[in-house]
Amino acid sequence: MTLTPTASQTVGPFFNFGLTTNHALGIMAPDGAEGEHITLVFRVIDGEGLPTPGDSMIELWQADSQGRYQHPVDPRSADADKNFCGFGRLETDANGVCVFETVKPGRVPHSDGSEQAPHINVTLFGRGLGKPLRTRVYFAGEPANVDDPVLALIPADRRETLLAKPVAGQASAWAIEIHLQGEAETVFFDV
Amino acid sequence: MKEYPRTQLGTQPEYLYAGYRSSIRRAPSQPLIQVPHTLSELTGPLYGHNPIGETDNDLTRHFADPPLGERIIVAGRVLDEDGRGVPNALVEVWQANASGRYRHSRDSHPAPLDPNFLGAGRAITDDEGNYRFVSIKPGAYPWRNHPNAWRPAHIHFSLFGVGLLSRLVTQMYFPGDPLMAIDPVLHSIADEGARQRLVSSFDLSLTEPEWAMGYRFDIVLRGRSSTPFEDSAR
Repeated sequence: MTLTPTASQTVGPFFNFGLTTNHALGIMAPDGAEGEHITLVFRVIDGEGLPTPGDSMIELWQADSQGRYQHPVDPRSADADKNFCGFGRLETDANGVCVFETVKPGRVPHSDGSEQAPHINVTLFGRGLGKPLRTRVYFAGEPANVDDPVLALIPADRRETLLAKPVAGQASAWAIEIHLQGEAETVFFDV
Repeated sequence: MKEYPRTQLGTQPEYLYAGYRSSIRRAPSQPLIQVPHTLSELTGPLYGHNPIGETDNDLTRHFADPPLGERIIVAGRVLDEDGRGVPNALVEVWQANASGRYRHSRDSHPAPLDPNFLGAGRAITDDEGNYRFVSIKPGAYPWRNHPNAWRPAHIHFSLFGVGLLSRLVTQMYFPGDPLMAIDPVLHSIADEGARQRLVSSFDLSLTEPEWAMGYRFDIVLRGRSSTPFEDSAR
């Protein structure tokens, strides 16, 4: 039997009291988590160039600092860092911003035996989005980006839209803007 | 490690659907990049293991007094693409009250708030993928998408399944609602069958005599159990 997956519908403007009341979901890496602790700042900008105030939501999913997912499909899941939760979820605030505390992920194996560059999987929900937008965050200046099999699928002049950049004057902090439209439109994935 | 089947044309909403005005400035204008399903896509948050409170799935018991409105039972099965029940899936719901008003600071609809109704709940599916909520039937409400626009009564659903690609947020509608025929959110899905599958069905077997009417809403998540899931604790 093959069933057709149920259709998505927008989260609408009023999801907050149902989905994002637990702000602890912004802290993916408590003190005991292994690896390099980082702050990751998102800002979501719509097609008018305006931040999405309070009516979009970001979910993150990432491997631990050694590139292991806490999930049975990952053959190394038994060794994954028990102190690290790979899942995060926050609404964007009045300025379109949300801030996660996490660790820099390690390299995740690819099916052809190579390794992917460190990345964080992003699912963006919002008013106006009938289905979520999917993308990844990579880290600017990371040597492994050159060989990453997913970055390689993206036209060179648009790869930059997936790169978080270090925040000036703030150690271990990275920032990225997600542009829904416009010249700097973020690359979104068909999965 | 097998890729999931790709989405069939028309069975999911388009990002840009001009009738849904908010989509115009939020839909991507550049083509999407098709990416393979790697470990990053085939794993996903197993979010359902947080403890669920005893009354979390009964939205009529979140305050000392019951809310106003028509009491309902909403239940169904969460399935994967092979038709197998998805156990331990987190199901989150949120909705307007019986007057069509959300308990949200930006909802400006001049309908009364109900001090005894929050309108948010959650549940975990059992070993066969079944879930069940008790609530009140939400009211329809106006919105500013176009002149005299009204949303059909609906309950928002959010689900975590076996992997990242199984993640689903959708809306459940009620049978016979005339507003469905003119609702741009629902009609952003081109395929009529896919739209119909978002409409719950009245179910006398779920209905509890002299207490609450029952509506059945089954949900199919992307993904197949022919992965390690069927053997694992999940």
